[in-house]
Amino acid sequence: MSPAIRIEQVSKRFGSTRALDNVDLEIEQGEFFGLLGPNGAGKTTLISALAGLVRVDTGNLSVMGYDVQSDYRAARRHLGVVPQELVFDPFFSVRESLKIQSGYFGIGDNDDWIDEILENLGLASRAGANMRMLSGGMKRRVLVAQALVHRPPVIVLDEPTAGVDVELRQTLWQFIKRLNEAGHTIVLTTHYLEEAENLCNRIAMLKDGRVVALDTTKQLLRRFSAHALRLRTGGVMPKELTSEATESGGWWSIPFNSFDEIEPLLVKIRTAGCEIDSLEIGKPDLEEVFIRVMQGAHHE
Amino acid sequence: MSERSDLRYGGFTTLFYKEVLRFWKVASQTVAAPVLTALLYLLIFSHVLEGHVQVHGVAYTAFLIPGLVMMSVLQNAFSNSSSSLIQSKVTGNIVFVLLPPISYMEFFAAYVAASVVRGLVVGTGVLFATFWFAPLTFVEPIWILVFAVMGGAILGSLGVIAGIWADKFDQLAAFQNFLIMPLTFLSGVFYSINSLPPFWQKLSHWNPVFYMIDGFRHGFFGISDASPWLSLAVVGGCLVLLATFTLNLLKRGYKLRN
Ligand SMILES: Nc1ncnc2c1ncn2[C@@H]1O[C@H](COP(=O)(O)OP(=O)(O)OP(=O)(O)O)[C@@H](O)[C@H]1O
Ligand SMILES: [Mg+2]
Repeated sequence: MSPAIRIEQVSKRFGSTRALDNVDLEIEQGEFFGLLGPNGAGKTTLISALAGLVRVDTGNLSVMGYDVQSDYRAARRHLGVVPQELVFDPFFSVRESLKIQSGYFGIGDNDDWIDEILENLGLASRAGANMRMLSGGMKRRVLVAQALVHRPPVIVLDEPTAGVDVELRQTLWQFIKRLNEAGHTIVLTTHYLEEAENLCNRIAMLKDGRVVALDTTKQLLRRFSAHALRLRTGGVMPKELTSEATESGGWWSIPFNSFDEIEPLLVKIRTAGCEIDSLEIGKPDLEEVFIRVMQGAHHE
Repeated sequence: MSERSDLRYGGFTTLFYKEVLRFWKVASQTVAAPVLTALLYLLIFSHVLEGHVQVHGVAYTAFLIPGLVMMSVLQNAFSNSSSSLIQSKVTGNIVFVLLPPISYMEFFAAYVAASVVRGLVVGTGVLFATFWFAPLTFVEPIWILVFAVMGGAILGSLGVIAGIWADKFDQLAAFQNFLIMPLTFLSGVFYSINSLPPFWQKLSHWNPVFYMIDGFRHGFFGISDASPWLSLAVVGGCLVLLATFTLNLLKRGYKLRN
């Protein structure tokens, strides 16, 4: 089985900017994959290269085994892209836009599938509305719909939830999750790390055009972020703990790896005569991983 | 388009259909306005010159009408592809045609064919609006059609080039004002080049638009400044050259996929 996406030693410069620097990445079929990185990391450039919107300087890219240059027709038929920019054609209604998009992919009678997409994205009541009349969030939904008209096995979403209300985020992710369960490969970029943490089974982090971390979400969380005991005390933290503990805003944070360690920790604190005002257990989160990876990458 | 009517499918057909629908939806700007402009030209010029000027033994107004029709075909063909492309580029919705499996051939053919259609629709409109002002003949109608379609295709190609090259609307306007307008106005729309001083006559023979209009007019009167076969060769040659050039730009992804 060929991977859903294969990116081999891809580099791309814009003038003196290295947008992509020797990127290697393979995404298997059926994955829910997160592509993360700060602004300007190269996420959109990588997606554009995959979609044939940008020609790379060196390297190869393929979608479902089809090279995006030499076999661009097959590659594009297997790929659906939701662009980051909020673009629309002001001449047409929602349904017209979707029918035209279907036609570009050689699909004639697509009304049933279009209806299903509209329904699932909460667009059914706006189907006849001109694109100009839609709010920003509604336009974003149409962009998602347009990427799905040809039922692509690989779906790439470039910040689909930017500027979108809570309700749509929920419905959008439910729909995308269902597509993933039905076998579609999903790749998404987002700056909402919680979203990525909840949805993605694997994550790549990009910085300055390079992949600086690539692992399953679980492994990343385990490697870079631990559970921590977070507490606020009236007194001073015992000496033996201050090496591990960090303080910020009146809260101490003591990392631990296994829940067995909690009891001895609490005992130490109590015997040192330190009074606990407030206590919680912090879970590892992707935000912390992200910050650490980016800092680490900085020193390379 | 009715809400559920079906399109014919494939990259070329859909893109062609979309491009035609695009101008048709704003037909008052894209069809009615240029027809009115041509009508005004006719009223003013024929009022001033009718009775004073005859060309090839044809009354001036009758001579002018095919020129105005062809000028409208050409300018609107250019306008259609160029304005559609620059709008799509500036607003970013060009991605909708770049993401699907549409080949550069289909892309070219669709934009040019839609330009030809717009040119023919406007040209027909101008003809209907003006032909009662003078007795018009249609001696060899095949030439009329051949030159209208080829001229429209040439200007449609130029429109594709301009639309892809220009990054902003004012660059496109410059292309239009400094290249397309002078070429069409100095091509014998309003006069026969035989009435020009020798230097300007020679210069006009280097203007391909002159051959489009001259050949087109031949279809009406059976008389022209140059032989229609020479015009056909020049216009055909220009079309092949321009199409090759444009296809090469598209194949390389010039400004569209870089
Ligand atoms: N067409 C272009 N011309 C010049 N530079 C470009 C172009 N496109 C991208 N860049 C540069 O390439 C780098 C990567 O940009 P890219 O848009 O891929 O980042 P990103 O990771 O998507 O960022 P964001 O999170 O802000 O969307 C940036 O430095 C950007 O300025
Ligand atoms: Mg981006």
